[in-house]
Amino acid sequence: MSAALATRGLDKRFGSLVVARGIEFSLPLGARYALIGPNGAGKTTLINLMTGMLRPDAGEILLGDEPIAALPPERRVARGLVRTFQINTLFPHLTPLEAVTLAVCEREGVARTWWRRVSAYSGVVDEAHAILSSLMLGADCYRPTRELPYGRQRLLEIALALATRPKVLLLDEPAAGVPRDESAELFAAIANLSRDITVLFIEHDMNFVFRFASRIIVMVGGRILLEGTPEEVSADPRVREVYLGKSHRTGVHHG
Amino acid sequence: MTAAAAATSPHAWLQAQARWNRTEIAFWLATLLPFWLFPDYLVLASQIAITALFALSLDLILGYAGIVSLGHAAFFGLGAYTAGLAAKYGWGEPLTGLMLGALAAGIVGYAASFIIARFRHLALIMITLGMGLLLAELANSLHWLTGGTDGLQGVKMWPIFNKFRFDLYGTTAYSYSLIVLFLCFLVARRIINSPFGLSLRGIRENPLRMPALGASSRAHLRKIYTISAVLAGIAGALLAQTTETVSLEVLGFQRSADVLVILILGGAGRLYGGLVGAIIFMVARDQFSGNTPQFWYFWIGALLIAVVMFLPNGILGGLAKLSSAWRSRA
Ligand SMILES: Nc1ncnc2c1ncn2[C@@H]1O[C@H](COP(=O)(O)OP(=O)(O)OP(=O)(O)O)[C@@H](O)[C@H]1O
Ligand SMILES: [Mg+2]
Repeated sequence: MSAALATRGLDKRFGSLVVARGIEFSLPLGARYALIGPNGAGKTTLINLMTGMLRPDAGEILLGDEPIAALPPERRVARGLVRTFQINTLFPHLTPLEAVTLAVCEREGVARTWWRRVSAYSGVVDEAHAILSSLMLGADCYRPTRELPYGRQRLLEIALALATRPKVLLLDEPAAGVPRDESAELFAAIANLSRDITVLFIEHDMNFVFRFASRIIVMVGGRILLEGTPEEVSADPRVREVYLGKSHRTGVHHG
Repeated sequence: MTAAAAATSPHAWLQAQARWNRTEIAFWLATLLPFWLFPDYLVLASQIAITALFALSLDLILGYAGIVSLGHAAFFGLGAYTAGLAAKYGWGEPLTGLMLGALAAGIVGYAASFIIARFRHLALIMITLGMGLLLAELANSLHWLTGGTDGLQGVKMWPIFNKFRFDLYGTTAYSYSLIVLFLCFLVARRIINSPFGLSLRGIRENPLRMPALGASSRAHLRKIYTISAVLAGIAGALLAQTTETVSLEVLGFQRSADVLVILILGGAGRLYGGLVGAIIFMVARDQFSGNTPQFWYFWIGALLIAVVMFLPNGILGGLAKLSSAWRSRA
């Protein structure tokens, strides 16, 4: 079976702190995988390594069949490997319409044009608006991003990533900071993602992880502790120990 | 609010962002007033237009792309010396002289942009400052070419289109500077409303997100820096041509600092900030400086501190806030 994304022996350390050690996994095409682990396990770091925001000390990353570890971040995005951010990384003074239009322009290669108005690219604008509408942001898309409620900003994080037409989407705690009763909208948006997109998501809400992920990767202290189906993971005594022994956040509630 | 927003289409909304509004039209009509109201001040008006163009060029990089420069006079000076030297050595045709000035500044700007696009913050300030000092010292030491501290003498301009002579009252100078400013403004305005302009604002708003959207920020930064250098070069060439002399201060640190002050006073990132700032700064300097220029900088210092503290988006930003508060009340 061909993998959409795979890593081989990824290592990374910050000084004496090992944040990634021999990371190996592979995501099949169209997969829904969850990456879980206690705070500081190295989950975000792993996304940074795969997307090129950090350079690994060793190891290889394969997107489809192609090694991409030498490519700069924007070239990886152009090839379809896209992420969202745990902490909002948006354009505060742009409206969602402008921000998503920007992303579509960049993808289409028209972002270099300076002699035509944005509004002249009506296909681009239509697509941007369609993406926003599909994430329930249609009514809010004319207000500056910084004025939007936090939950809407989290949706915009996903909208921006979708505008790049990802093949593999890495979602870093999409519902981080959103109150539990408001997170349903976000989880619905993720559940509705096209099956053509391969998804790896980091999430602390175990209900959602167990409902949505076909397989779960558990990371602790920069290493992969185990990978398995939700049943295997929840039955594993080591996972219980990690979560019940050390977790400061959500424990493993399920079933 | 929501009802109104729901009623607009995304196309209409984006078009509205780029449309000329009444204040803008009134502003440009008002730039014609000096011809009738202040015919004795056309020389000053011409210098204001030139400074406004210089500030506009800085706004494109600082206000839209977030590139802080403390050495932007380098390009102004390059344009000035190129146009001045062309006229001195026998080619006094103004329009081609302007283009030569633009070209020289553009070439050096393009070369420098490869360095500029790689740095941010303090490093960037130091690099641009260094570049400005470097060029100023170079012009000083090339005495045989630039005239050094004596300035470039013997600049003789031909009439524009072989018809309009540069007169003592500054009528031609102001007409010429104003038209060039307006044309450059149209270009800048088009850039801001283009996909490229949108990406620049993206870089200013969040440089971290741009690569995550597949954007090559450096290519964008190199391009806008080059465009900005070209506009600054045109401004410098205009000054050389309308005053028929070039002195070392076109490259001086003072000029780089002044244009930054002008832009911050007026409001960066809104195209008109540099224009409004230039009018206020130049008119005030003309009225108040008199024989004690040190005193003038005392007040500029005080004004700068006050504006940055109380109007972080400059005078135009403050006005925009007032008018929207007033409108929401009505
Ligand atoms: N740039 C950096 N320099 C030094 N240490 C870092 C850096 N980035 C992260 N770390 C450290 O690496 C470890 C892993 O961080 P990371 O953000 O990957 O954890 P995480 O699994 O995403 O945690 P969380 O669930 O809190 O988001 C942490 O101890 C963190 O403090
Ligand atoms: Mg994290």
